[in-house]
Amino acid sequence: SSILRPTILSVLRNEDLKEMLESNKESLKLEAMKRVVGLIAKGKNASELFPAVVKNVANKNIELKKLVYVYLVRYAEEQQDLALLSISTFQRALKDPNQFIRASALRVLSSIRVPIIVPIMMLAIKESAADMSPYVRKTSAHAIQKLYSLDPDQKEQLIEVIEKLLKDKSTLVAGSVVMAFEEVCPDRIDLIHKNYRKLCNLLVDVEEWGQVVIISMLTRYARTQFISPWKEGAMFDENNEKAFYDSESEEKKDQMEAKTYIMDPDHRLLLRNTKPLLQSRNTAVVMSVAQLYWHLAPKHEVTIVTKSLVRLLRSHREVQYIVLQNIATMSIQRKGMFEPFMKSFYVRSTDSTHIKTLKLEILTNLANEANISTILREFQTYVKSQDKAFAAATIQAIGRCATNISEVTDTCLNGLVLLLSNRDETVVAESVVVIKKLLQTQPTQHSEIIKHMAKLFDNITVPMARASILWLMGEYCERVPKIAPDVLRKMAKTFTAEEDIVKLQIVNLAAKLYLTNSKQTKLLTQYILNLGKYDQNYDIRDRTRFIRQLIVPSEKSGALNKYARRILLAPKPAPVLESAFKDRDRYQLGTLSHSLNTKASGYQELSDWPAVAPDQSVRNVEVIEPVRNLPSSPTSYHRYNSYMPDSTSGSESEEESSEESEKTSSDSGKSSSGSEQESSSESESQQKKKKKTKKAPQKKSKPAAADRYSEIPPVRWTLRASFFFPVNLACPDVTTPSFGPVKTYELLHHMTGKGLSAKYHFPRQPCLYQPSMVAVQVVLTNSSDHSLEEIHIGDRNPASLNLHCFNTIERLEPEASVTVSMGIDFSDSTQAANFQLCTKDDQFSVSIQPAVGELFMPITMTEQDFSKEQGKLLGMNETSETIAMATANTSSQAISKQVLSVANVGVVSSTQNDIHRFAGRTVSSGALVLVSLEMKESSSALLTINTEKSVMASMLLRDLKQALAQA
Amino acid sequence: MIHSLFLINHSGDIFLEKHWKSVIGRSVCDYFFEAKEKAVQPENVPPVLQTPHHYLISVYRDKLFFLSVVQTEVPPLFVIEFLHRVADTVQDYFGECSEGVIKDNVVTVYELLEEMLDNGFPLATESNVLKEMIRPPTILRSVVNTLTGGSNVGDTLPTGQLSSIPWRRAGVKYTNNEAYFDVIEEIDAILDKSGTTVFAEIQGVIEACVRLTGMPDLTLSFMNPRLLDDMSFHPCVRFKRWESERILSFIPPDGNFTLMTYHVSSQNVVALPVYVKQNISFLETGSCGRLDITIGPKQTMGKTVEGLTVTVHMPKTVLSANLTATQGNYTYNLATKVLVWDIGKLNPQKLPNLRGSLSLQAGAPRPEENPALDITLKIQQLAISGLKVSRLDMYGEKYKPFKGVKYLTKAGKFQVRT
Repeated sequence: SSILRPTILSVLRNEDLKEMLESNKESLKLEAMKRVVGLIAKGKNASELFPAVVKNVANKNIELKKLVYVYLVRYAEEQQDLALLSISTFQRALKDPNQFIRASALRVLSSIRVPIIVPIMMLAIKESAADMSPYVRKTSAHAIQKLYSLDPDQKEQLIEVIEKLLKDKSTLVAGSVVMAFEEVCPDRIDLIHKNYRKLCNLLVDVEEWGQVVIISMLTRYARTQFISPWKEGAMFDENNEKAFYDSESEEKKDQMEAKTYIMDPDHRLLLRNTKPLLQSRNTAVVMSVAQLYWHLAPKHEVTIVTKSLVRLLRSHREVQYIVLQNIATMSIQRKGMFEPFMKSFYVRSTDSTHIKTLKLEILTNLANEANISTILREFQTYVKSQDKAFAAATIQAIGRCATNISEVTDTCLNGLVLLLSNRDETVVAESVVVIKKLLQTQPTQHSEIIKHMAKLFDNITVPMARASILWLMGEYCERVPKIAPDVLRKMAKTFTAEEDIVKLQIVNLAAKLYLTNSKQTKLLTQYILNLGKYDQNYDIRDRTRFIRQLIVPSEKSGALNKYARRILLAPKPAPVLESAFKDRDRYQLGTLSHSLNTKASGYQELSDWPAVAPDQSVRNVEVIEPVRNLPSSPTSYHRYNSYMPDSTSGSESEEESSEESEKTSSDSGKSSSGSEQESSSESESQQKKKKKTKKAPQKKSKPAAADRYSEIPPVRWTLRASFFFPVNLACPDVTTPSFGPVKTYELLHHMTGKGLSAKYHFPRQPCLYQPSMVAVQVVLTNSSDHSLEEIHIGDRNPASLNLHCFNTIERLEPEASVTVSMGIDFSDSTQAANFQLCTKDDQFSVSIQPAVGELFMPITMTEQDFSKEQGKLLGMNETSETIAMATANTSSQAISKQVLSVANVGVVSSTQNDIHRFAGRTVSSGALVLVSLEMKESSSALLTINTEKSVMASMLLRDLKQALAQA
Repeated sequence: MIHSLFLINHSGDIFLEKHWKSVIGRSVCDYFFEAKEKAVQPENVPPVLQTPHHYLISVYRDKLFFLSVVQTEVPPLFVIEFLHRVADTVQDYFGECSEGVIKDNVVTVYELLEEMLDNGFPLATESNVLKEMIRPPTILRSVVNTLTGGSNVGDTLPTGQLSSIPWRRAGVKYTNNEAYFDVIEEIDAILDKSGTTVFAEIQGVIEACVRLTGMPDLTLSFMNPRLLDDMSFHPCVRFKRWESERILSFIPPDGNFTLMTYHVSSQNVVALPVYVKQNISFLETGSCGRLDITIGPKQTMGKTVEGLTVTVHMPKTVLSANLTATQGNYTYNLATKVLVWDIGKLNPQKLPNLRGSLSLQAGAPRPEENPALDITLKIQQLAISGLKVSRLDMYGEKYKPFKGVKYLTKAGKFQVRT
């Protein structure tokens, strides 16, 4: 039982949370949601609460709503059917006059990873990409990437949206759309041409994260569009010299051609406009500018990035790590760039090991004849470091300095030899290995060192070091003719106790001595070969066998024997000691691939410069941009300086505002007054928005603020929407469904259903599957003691019944329940929909009979429109009756509540206190249904229903009469 | 870009996870734990790791690992910078960045993370914008919230995000208008055994605390701007104006922020405020050593050196220290082998000295290298480079603000090799 307890507790807790979520108190709901999000943050599963949570999606409390969004995005993928219920809330919010509400709706909608809503997302993205608010457009750029990862088949359509958004002039949008471009279609360089200059000019004012993405993309772009500023420059110098000596006119001609390298003005524009960003506080921005200069700037200009990169070394450890990696790559090719800052790479004992190693790498790269003595002195300190891995790396570095700078080779070698008497084994071993490599480069002069090493041999235990010494003995055995055989003698004694790599070198040494000095070593060699023959390691046995055949002449050995000496004692090329960062710049600097030195997935290659520049005119923009025409340098910082409001409000045309920003230039006084105006108009519009919500939606007499946002005429909307969507649903006049008390009906009792019980209710939301369907939500519960399998919908009656089934439920555990949604086309009649609810073994006939009120969809209308429409539906189409009202129902609030509980219609705001109006459409045919209630004296009222569906009218009248009479 | 974030404490427990795209299982962190195990010291964990399907980029701050998972190519600094911003934001909101504080405010932190990234791409990282959307907790507010059911999520919308000055909140109001600037300079130096300067430079930062009503437009100028060699600015600083006039012109964010960081031109000789005489030696026999450190004032420009401490990372074989300090206290931590001598104020008449013996593990070889000394110190009312603010002016608002400038010199990475 003790094992069970935690699960019981968590179940209880979930139950509690569910109760809290379903309570009427906001504070309880909020508390519950906070706990749920707390669970998610801890990585605990809270998916069971989905139905309870999703009900609160339309809640007014912003924090609660946001938490519900967080939950929804997290679990929508697992609970697709239920998640669909929330979609309509977001669809409505997408048309909200407030740009933040639109943006957040799009953000959540596009984060719900449910494939069925792909068309809805596509539509929403297209609409939002044309939104007046740059913030909404920015959000739509983010949504593009989400949709693309959900359904890559949408690529072509999404590219169209990207193309459109790339034209956007807002700095808010630029970074996000380029990010979308990079994820969806990084190869479509052609989309950039026309926007190239604009992006360059906007760059300083884009937010810092966007800058990084844009700079990286433009680096790639530039490498495909401009010719190299490097080679030509080099040729230029060469030719100059030639010309001095050579007076032939033909040569001069060539030279003239070579000289004609002029940097494309667009190339220059990019370099100029990125330069100020080196002063950014964001290290990623600085790095991205540095890599841009590295890959695009003429060689002599690259040095301007040095100081900024060195500055980054003051930043966090992780930043240092990445920056040092990049400096390491750069410093191999361009020592000069960092040499003046050499001391900034001095190692502190408190640096972490990988930082130390990178600094060491850079110092080694920077070493030259002039500074080597300083560097070696510094290295001497490092060799003594307590961090032995670092000390070993330093020895490697000394070795590299020794091979690269011939002046110090001897000094280094002597220094290393001194280290051979070091107390620490790793240091000694590393020294031996490095000395071995160094000796190979110039063996003639160093028999003394080899002798010294032979003396030390007994004290060295690290296998790699022992193997290295043995190899040296063998290779140069003729220089130490007396010592080598003696070493071999010692090794013969310890052979069996040595490590494998040492054994291999013993065999090697024996073979070489046998060839050069067989007199003294013949027997020893045979002894060792015999030991090797029976070694446990097959590598050693193989090698022994091979060596024996090679060196000992016998009948079988054949021709090879003659060449044994030439094979074993061939002069060997000296190993090259080089940096691990050599050629790392095959990867674009600053990238993940560069950091890892392997190609990361999604890495975009940087192409080589084209030999001939592609057409430059592709970047010309037809409409003459003011930005482009003004003389280059100051314009690009204009906005940066003047903080021109970046067309924040939708009403202003963007062209206008960008032009304005050019005009105002750096006049700060003027601009700040400009931004004041901006904020005041913003607050004004908010006030108007508030007014509007109080007034409730009115179509014609919309306040000015709403006009600013309703940029798309409804007609166009309808046409476009109809591709995916029911006209009457997507039409903007469909309003918030009336959230009255939800009535639940029984579909199947658990006694009849052999344990399976089903209940249904009408969620009163537009049905996603088909426009003419009514959405029905069914809760299936397994009350039996065994699990039920394959729950699905079987035959239906009438057979023509248009029904959208829920997906088959593979398995429902005992006591578990699941909520599914279906759509039923009732064809505007209250005739029951009969169908069979099946499990694997049983079939149950069930029927859903809708109340007439559920067959409507609410719509918004103004009072004037209402009267106008009412005027068209007179005579046959009008049903009215004077009814008695319960006294409790006389307030307008109570009336609305009662009416909405009966019928899914929308409230029409009224200027008259005694007349209440409601409007809706029938779901299937879209016929208008207008309800008006005129209050009379002594709690009676005239109820009038105008609709061409007269049967429905009379049924609705009956239901309403009953409801209003009840207290 | 950034797919998921895991917050991991010192002992390797994941205590918060957030996914901006589909959920990635915790098991991905196993690769990180493996690397952490290998690295021994948390500082030595490589910031970028590769796993079969993901890349892990992490930062280590305040004894916490911020581990992000990415799936495709992304500039690693982009992620690292962002992770540090997350830590900064937590610090900014709750006063400290620790496991306890994050656990206590888990919902707020989660809401912040939700706002900071959309689909893995940074959306709002400006503290002023975030604070408009999600209010930082105060004791008063949390009491009120529990009573009224109110929330921390602002019902106003983050207008700052739309404006071209996203760093400043709209409608700022104060009864006391004040602007304070702290010019803080740090000396980075390496001195060798004999006391010669191997390397020394000055890095500076101007921290600002501005509480001004409305939309003030400030300019700040220096007496000697030529001293400044390389700098980085808060986005609010008009770069062009600096280029042409060497004047910092900006509309400040509301509250605390870093206005600029700078590096003092290396042509100037760096004045070192103290000198260190030291002698640490380990004897060949007898498993013991001697230590003798004296610190004296060098170029202090007539100011007092305060907050002086000396930290020594001893070799592992040093078992204990038996020392006497003429001033201040010393502690030797046996587990970490760190000796800290807290001196306090430096008295030029009576130089502080620490001397005594060290005992080493018997039989262990004599340490190869003498440990380096790390020095920290503070000098109030002095910018060691000589940088001086000449004036601060405000435009755009009518009231008269209270203005103040403070100078402080600190030791940065100040190390003495022995």
